[in-house]
Amino acid sequence: MIRFVPRERTPVWLTLTVSIGSGLAALLLTAIPLALTGAPVFTAFALMAAGAAGDGFALAETLTRATPLIFTGLAAAVAFRAKLWNIGAEGQLYAGALATVALGAGLIEAPSYVLVPLVLVGAAAAGAALLLVPVLFKTRFGADEVVVTLLMNFIVLLFVQMMLEGPMKDEMALGWPQSAPVLDEATLPKLVEGLRLHAGLVLALVAAVGLHVFINRTVWGFRIRAVGENARAARYAGLPVGKAMALVGILSGGLAGLAGASEVAGLKGYLTSDLSPGFGYAGIVVATLANLSPLGVIPAAIFVAGVFVGADSMSRAIGVSNYLADLVVAFALLSVLVGGLLTRFRIVLVRREAA
Amino acid sequence: MLWSALEILTQANFWAATIRIATPLIFGVLGALLCERAGVLNLGIEGIFVAGAMSGWLAVYLGAPLWGGVAVAALTGAAFGLVHGVLTVPLGLSQHVTGIGVTLLATSAAYFGYRVAFPNVATPPRIEPFPPLDVPVLGDLPFIGPILAQQTALTVFAFACVGILAVVLSRTPLGLAIRAVGDNPEAVEAQGLSVVALRIGAVMAGSALMALGGAFLTLSAFNAFYFGMINGRGWVCIALTVFASWRPGKALLGALLFGALDAYQLRIQTIAGGAVPSQIFLMLPYIFSIAALVLVARRADYPRALMKPYFKGQR
Repeated sequence: MIRFVPRERTPVWLTLTVSIGSGLAALLLTAIPLALTGAPVFTAFALMAAGAAGDGFALAETLTRATPLIFTGLAAAVAFRAKLWNIGAEGQLYAGALATVALGAGLIEAPSYVLVPLVLVGAAAAGAALLLVPVLFKTRFGADEVVVTLLMNFIVLLFVQMMLEGPMKDEMALGWPQSAPVLDEATLPKLVEGLRLHAGLVLALVAAVGLHVFINRTVWGFRIRAVGENARAARYAGLPVGKAMALVGILSGGLAGLAGASEVAGLKGYLTSDLSPGFGYAGIVVATLANLSPLGVIPAAIFVAGVFVGADSMSRAIGVSNYLADLVVAFALLSVLVGGLLTRFRIVLVRREAA
Repeated sequence: MLWSALEILTQANFWAATIRIATPLIFGVLGALLCERAGVLNLGIEGIFVAGAMSGWLAVYLGAPLWGGVAVAALTGAAFGLVHGVLTVPLGLSQHVTGIGVTLLATSAAYFGYRVAFPNVATPPRIEPFPPLDVPVLGDLPFIGPILAQQTALTVFAFACVGILAVVLSRTPLGLAIRAVGDNPEAVEAQGLSVVALRIGAVMAGSALMALGGAFLTLSAFNAFYFGMINGRGWVCIALTVFASWRPGKALLGALLFGALDAYQLRIQTIAGGAVPSQIFLMLPYIFSIAALVLVARRADYPRALMKPYFKGQR
């Protein structure tokens, strides 16, 4: 019989080994369907690696793709720490994007040192407000936040489509409905001339460090962790569980909203209803790969972004569908979950004792 | 205007559409409630719908008979159920995150498989779907007849599953064991039954049912597989399961209510004729699901051991 014995502490080498091992396991598992299609497995993976980090241009593209994933990864990490199952980052991202074009596309004219912060605060507020609804439903009515946040994703996307076909449609744009472009004063500056990399990445890194300090070094961070470990014990100890949950909702929704602002104001320049290819859902994978650590979100987001950018480039070269990236990411999530058992428990074989 | 809004309810076409929209949800809610009755939340449902839709359709496209496609879909669903079951039951991993992982895996496997099989198709390839029912006597009745004439054998099967699952859960020793394993696994273990086997078995059977919901879309409602065709139907089923308080009979009712609402909004859209943006109507089913969940949440009688992993010899 196998028993799981909880570990008192996890050695660093083990955490690292398990992370790398999970990544390799994901690639191995993906190799099976890849081989079944008759594609050259090693060539495909080599092309993916080259496409993700082969040269400066590829690396910049990966970091550009990682930027929204850091935000949504942080959104999932802080929520899951408190066992608030926010699966609605996708919708909160669109709410943030909508706020960005609402504020930054001509409504207010101001110099960029006013307009950029205003747009960011507006986007974070929109995302936070959107998540506070299910948090309220959870604390007031006991409604499961998983289903509510999931379903709200569909509602928000329809709302965005409605706005883009109606009041926020750019009359100058032909064809596909899109919003008016954000003003130059609301645009996040590019980091390197000629590359798509933008200041959103810096914001994301600052957010990760800030969240790390907040969770590990402040009283409210401690309260959030305590609520996540054991909500009943936390309530018994007199901690303000409801307020802690609301704070988590504001942080998580706000971070997801910033992902939308960063994509619109930093990269696209305007809003379309296909802004996000599932960044919100991928954030859950990123947070899980990072073991819910805010600093760990950075490498995890870069890894997931690299898989997607690399798969696109591999797909262009040898014609294997880039849905391969989704497979790698799904396998990585499941591998890391199983690998997490090894870091949290010692697996002990015990002989069955006579009862 | 008001009259034509009410007149919709008298159309056989409306009721036929209600049943057609409800059918995949019936499968989905039955599957979800079977998993949850055994204590396991299965958020893999959305992806299992996609995988069932794709695999069942592909089998028929490659020459299998229609019921063969249904069986392939069920087996595909059961396989993903096995993954979810093994990770969440004996390994006790987070049911939320594992479920999302299964959804990602099943969805990407289906999309990848479809793209590999059909790299460059402009229009999705088609199959010959389930033919409409040809019922003697009943089919000749006014009103009822035209409704039946728009349904297929798969819908009849869905209704049959409601009855079968209701009887199995409430009247058989197996059903008692499944319910007990979701309420009080210690008691089941004390009976000498395996909690792990019962839970994994229930999750596999439930996932097979979910996959049939997907297969209905590609083998009966439509005749092809489209990307994004599931569009949140799986998540709606999770909400309807709470609404149905984990009972097959109420699951049928909830699915039909949802189907009626969806069919109604489609028809009222044409009456409103562009005065109201179409998206408002499309939001209604999702808003309805959330409202239903919030309304019943307080008195919802959750299976007591739902989402609680069970380890032998530990309390």
